[in-house]
Amino acid sequence: MAGAVEIALRGRCDAGGKALVPYVTGGLGDDWTDTVRAVADAGADAVEIGIPFSDPVMDGPTIQAANDRALASGATPMSILDQVDGLDAGVPLVVMTYYNIAFRAGLERFAAALVDAGVSGCILPDLPLEETGPWVAAADEAGIETILLAAPTASDERLSRVCARSRGFVYGVGLLGVTGVRAELATGASVIATRLKQLTDLPVLVGVGVGTPGQAVEASAAGDGVVVGSAVVQGMLDGAGPTGVGDLVAQFRAAMDAA
Amino acid sequence: MGLRDPTPEGRFGDFGGRYIPETLVPACEELEEAFREAWADQGFRQRLDGLLADYAGRPSPMTECENLSTELGCRLLLKREDLNHTGSHKINNVLGQALLAQRMGKTRLVAETGAGQHGVATATAAALLGMECCVYMGEVDIVRQELNVFRMKLLGAEVKTAMSGSRTLKDAINEAMRDWVATVEGSHYCLGSVMGPHPYPWMVRRFHEILGSEAREQSEAILGVAPDVVTACVGGGSNAIGIFSGFVDADTELVGVEPAGGAAVGRGIPGVVHGSQSYLMQDEFGQVLEAESISAGLDYPGVGPEHSHLAATGRARYESVTDAEVVEAFQLLSRTEGIIPALEPAHALAWVSRDRASLEGRSVVLNLSGRGDKDVAQMMDILNGEILDGEECS
Repeated sequence: MAGAVEIALRGRCDAGGKALVPYVTGGLGDDWTDTVRAVADAGADAVEIGIPFSDPVMDGPTIQAANDRALASGATPMSILDQVDGLDAGVPLVVMTYYNIAFRAGLERFAAALVDAGVSGCILPDLPLEETGPWVAAADEAGIETILLAAPTASDERLSRVCARSRGFVYGVGLLGVTGVRAELATGASVIATRLKQLTDLPVLVGVGVGTPGQAVEASAAGDGVVVGSAVVQGMLDGAGPTGVGDLVAQFRAAMDAA
Repeated sequence: MGLRDPTPEGRFGDFGGRYIPETLVPACEELEEAFREAWADQGFRQRLDGLLADYAGRPSPMTECENLSTELGCRLLLKREDLNHTGSHKINNVLGQALLAQRMGKTRLVAETGAGQHGVATATAAALLGMECCVYMGEVDIVRQELNVFRMKLLGAEVKTAMSGSRTLKDAINEAMRDWVATVEGSHYCLGSVMGPHPYPWMVRRFHEILGSEAREQSEAILGVAPDVVTACVGGGSNAIGIFSGFVDADTELVGVEPAGGAAVGRGIPGVVHGSQSYLMQDEFGQVLEAESISAGLDYPGVGPEHSHLAATGRARYESVTDAEVVEAFQLLSRTEGIIPALEPAHALAWVSRDRASLEGRSVVLNLSGRGDKDVAQMMDILNGEILDGEECS
């Protein structure tokens, strides 16, 4: 049975559009929950909320800086989830964090905390397919959609196993590297989307290195949409506030709708 | 019979595994397969053994410390890894990994370093084999290990500063992993300890087993039997696992010594960072704590998964010592035996010195994993006024 994330993204795609999932660092500034609402209002189909981890190996300088700032201000996984509870963004919410945050809390307890906060999905970028067992058992039981990353280095055989185990959507990694805005979209973005589309019926979104509206249009051509992280978080770091970040996401939405 | 192989999933009991971004999984699988093939290939083993002998200077000797034994009341033997080329045990693993990387067609080595010993060893192997080399080092460590930074550059390596987090070894590993995520097709991540994702903890241990088997033979030749106690310092734990591997089947007590400010086994609880599940210093929410140690090489909040397994099963035990005890031990060995140790193995000696009462009359093999040249400047600052004052010529 499809979960809330999958239903929302399919809804956009079935209507002929491309899905847009912005990433907001949880606990970054006092108004971060307003930013979540603002990006939802600006046309996001779901919103990723990052729970900061001390050692984010899949993240580049922008999200690292956001993590450090949020942690320094005292943000904790539970304080962030408390704020998510009752946030009422109007779109499904997906938590992105690293495995130790869930492991330390206890997998069942963490999955239950996500459900209690109204979160629908979860992404753990340092949990590859072979290690997902205990987490997905807890997540499936709680009704949390676990979205898996699909990497350009994987064989088709591995990608199809990743797709089979992923819920909500499949997160295609658009390049060899960590999160961050690049001057140009890597050619790998279209390649991974094309490969994944041949292997799964789930929505295929491309993320990592998608930083401008133009790149979002290009990256979603072969697939079903994009995840935009560092560009959004950079706006938060620069003090654009909920309105400014909402405007930025609206530009992505407009460009993708016009394509 | 030495230490056991991990499960196919890379587990030592509950510990280990492969917790890394999907992007790196094929590279780890490829590495595991290549290592298994190479390890079974006589040609590879001969090439490695040849380099270890003729380039690195193995076997390293074992020195019985008569003066210090008298002072401590135990029979103390040192496995002299400090006498290896590049000044520590690190060269054993690096030559193995560099040869393996070359065999896999990789042209660039990426490494992290704390004290700089692993960085220097990696830069050395890269120079020897004509490979590119990029070493990540925390900003704090770059300051306190200036000499090793210069050595790496002299050897042709690029040294990149890790500016995030505590700006020490933990953060250098983060940066090295980020580099590898981006360069995985042509680069090999030459990890410097028995940690990280499978197959690293197992592979790095195998490359260091040579020091354990030498130590077993040498100590039995001197003592007539296996020693009562084998001890070594533990950060990630590569020198300790190397020497433990030679004695795990003997009736020998195995003691790892951690810095009080980085006691992952002593103060940690199971967690997952840098690719494996192991004991980890972390807060109640799973954020990794910053270690704090006088020794850049042990300034790490985690520990290799096989050590967690040895601790959990009781086959080894883990003690911790303070920076002040380490400073004492550093001077003690210098003064009594004419051997200036690195600050890392000075931890093991600090434990022997502190617990001398319980070690009385027993034989102790201590892995002297590195030499103290790199630490002399730092120790001069610490000890200035203490040993230099009053010795001015009148």
